[in-house]
Amino acid sequence: MKKYNITHIRELESESIYVLREVAAQFERPALLFSGGKDSIVMYYLARKAFWPAKVPFPLVHIDTGHNFEETIVFRDELVEKTGATLIVGSVQESIDTGRVAEEKGYSASRNLLQTTTLLDTIEKHKFDCALGGGRRDEEKARAKERFFSHRDEFGQWDPKNQRPELWNIFNGKKHVGEHFRVFPLSNWTEMDVWQYILLENVDIPSLYFTHKREVFFRDNQWLAAAPFMKLKPTEKIEVREVRCRTIGDISCTGMALSTANSLEDIILEVAASRVTERGSRADDKRSESAMEDRKKEGYF
Amino acid sequence: MSDINTQNISAKDSGYLDMELLRFTTAGSVDDGKSTLIGRLLYDSKAIFEDQMEAIEAASTRRGEEYVNLALLTDGLKAEREQGITIDVAYRYFATPKRKFIIADTPGHIQYTRNMVTGASTANLALILVDARNGVLEQTIRHAFIASLLQIPHIVVCVNKMDLMNYDEKVFDKIQKDFVALAAKLSVQDVRFVPISALKGDNVVNRSDNMLWYQGPTLMYLLENIHISSDRNMIDARFPVQYVIRPMSDKYHDYRGYAGRVESGAFNVGDEITVMPSGFTSKIKTIDSMEESLTLAHTPQSVTITLEDDIDISRGDMIVRRNNVPEVSQDVDIRICWLSETPMRIGGKYMVKHTTNDVRCLIKEMVYKIDINSLDRDKTATELKLNEIGRVKIRTTKPLYFDPYRTNRSTGSLILIDEGTNNTVGAAMIV
Repeated sequence: MKKYNITHIRELESESIYVLREVAAQFERPALLFSGGKDSIVMYYLARKAFWPAKVPFPLVHIDTGHNFEETIVFRDELVEKTGATLIVGSVQESIDTGRVAEEKGYSASRNLLQTTTLLDTIEKHKFDCALGGGRRDEEKARAKERFFSHRDEFGQWDPKNQRPELWNIFNGKKHVGEHFRVFPLSNWTEMDVWQYILLENVDIPSLYFTHKREVFFRDNQWLAAAPFMKLKPTEKIEVREVRCRTIGDISCTGMALSTANSLEDIILEVAASRVTERGSRADDKRSESAMEDRKKEGYF
Repeated sequence: MSDINTQNISAKDSGYLDMELLRFTTAGSVDDGKSTLIGRLLYDSKAIFEDQMEAIEAASTRRGEEYVNLALLTDGLKAEREQGITIDVAYRYFATPKRKFIIADTPGHIQYTRNMVTGASTANLALILVDARNGVLEQTIRHAFIASLLQIPHIVVCVNKMDLMNYDEKVFDKIQKDFVALAAKLSVQDVRFVPISALKGDNVVNRSDNMLWYQGPTLMYLLENIHISSDRNMIDARFPVQYVIRPMSDKYHDYRGYAGRVESGAFNVGDEITVMPSGFTSKIKTIDSMEESLTLAHTPQSVTITLEDDIDISRGDMIVRRNNVPEVSQDVDIRICWLSETPMRIGGKYMVKHTTNDVRCLIKEMVYKIDINSLDRDKTATELKLNEIGRVKIRTTKPLYFDPYRTNRSTGSLILIDEGTNNTVGAAMIV
């Protein structure tokens, strides 16, 4: 019976492909939210697997805060070019310029929260009825309660206390006009699973995940990347360190880890030895105990 | 250089890449020690990180609690933390060098039966907690019944708080005897018993010195070693078609692939197949997974199948082996758990999702409602309220092709959806 065994990584892969195919079958205008981070890269890789040899039947949507690492954008454009994907960019700068949102002020100002408006506007503009996200349940306690198929009302809001029961692998994507779904194919993956899969399948990822020299400064117990729009407090000073990203998001809220890991194997060993979750390096989650739940209710990723 | 080489080997061969996945569910009520037990499993397997620990320490202090409240780890929603209860199913992850685990942590109170059913639907194993001071209670019966209804292959009964009963063997024996008597009334296959103290750590990960009379394995040993690969149905080959892949490109001009997941059994290239419901027959030409061509696909692999003949197949059809076909009927006998505040009534019409098929159905007849605390059957019942379970006959607009739930959890399960609200209102197992 040995030949019928399946490893946990392959079982997770198979589950995610199943979910991606359900999305293509159940929705008319799905889109894949692509941030340039490893989770959305793996999600897109799985989508290519799910529909091979046909092209992925939905576009990539990038919500651009304008405060990106340059490497992310270069990587994104190369991937789009190489795989023939359709890319749609929703711009936070545009939302600010048109007065849809106001820029935060002060030292910890971030465009992370502003993304929600741009995201919902983009979904509405293109009439997307499903947005695929790379969120995982192990990331954060509010995410642990998230469904694979997560219903959003006509305001894009999540109602965590009134979620549809999700049994076996039967996904109910039925909705009324104006409502949409967020779907999370990687729900059951952990950070370690994602790295192991990247190693196993040799998936390309941005160089930011590997060690490099960068100008950084220390704030609130973490290293942040220096950038023209990052205002320094008088006591803070820029120094050059060997760092890498454990997650990739908006520069203003992505903590850099001091690390010399320069291969996937090194990263896996580092993750295995880590005593802090990857979202521990995200300033956006530290604003309050229910920061993630509150943002998700409003329509965040 | 030699250092780097060893590191390469250790990352790939450290066991991480060839682990099995075990999904288990836990049900428990307030104060039975469920959160403590999960906290201990997570903590001892190093799945709780420093920042999470700091966050719950800070939250516990803020709430004026004297000790670190491990329940705050699993109760992720604001309302849950405020009320100190688990409302919804929460999924937790941890791994040991042997296995990766997914815990579906569910509330145990009767008003959350639907959450327990949800958590149980994908589980290989149910962890049932019994408080050594109280023995087998109504809620134990309920939890065991749900495990048997959802046909969870393995049940582990943890007799907890043994420390409060002086680690007395007689207490454990009595509970074991009572549970075995209960299990005889249910359809459960494999039941194990472990005397533990989640608080003190006895027999959870490490063997207890306080219960030398207990010769069996620790809970962690069971979780890591219970044989699960033969739980899958490897006999009846079933492949519900999810999506038809037609690239329409120069290179793959005539490619027509059927994308789906093998829900049970296995398919080989060259197998003679029948397509449900048309009855057309053909042979498997290729089994594709991206650039890779496979000779065999088995459950639960997601693949794309191409056939020798050009026949009309679309989503909702099912590819099966020619000599082993499922039952086909518009009249289906089901056990159903009702999930909605609006009761199910005889004569009601609902949408049905069964594998990749969408049909509609009419509730024709109610055979009985079951009292999940006493297991008594009420044959006079005419409706099912939220969290109630009964046996019902439905008639569908088109035939379903299915297997009994007891032999096939994928082709034997379906959900009912309310046509007005689109909510999932019923979870059903085909008898």
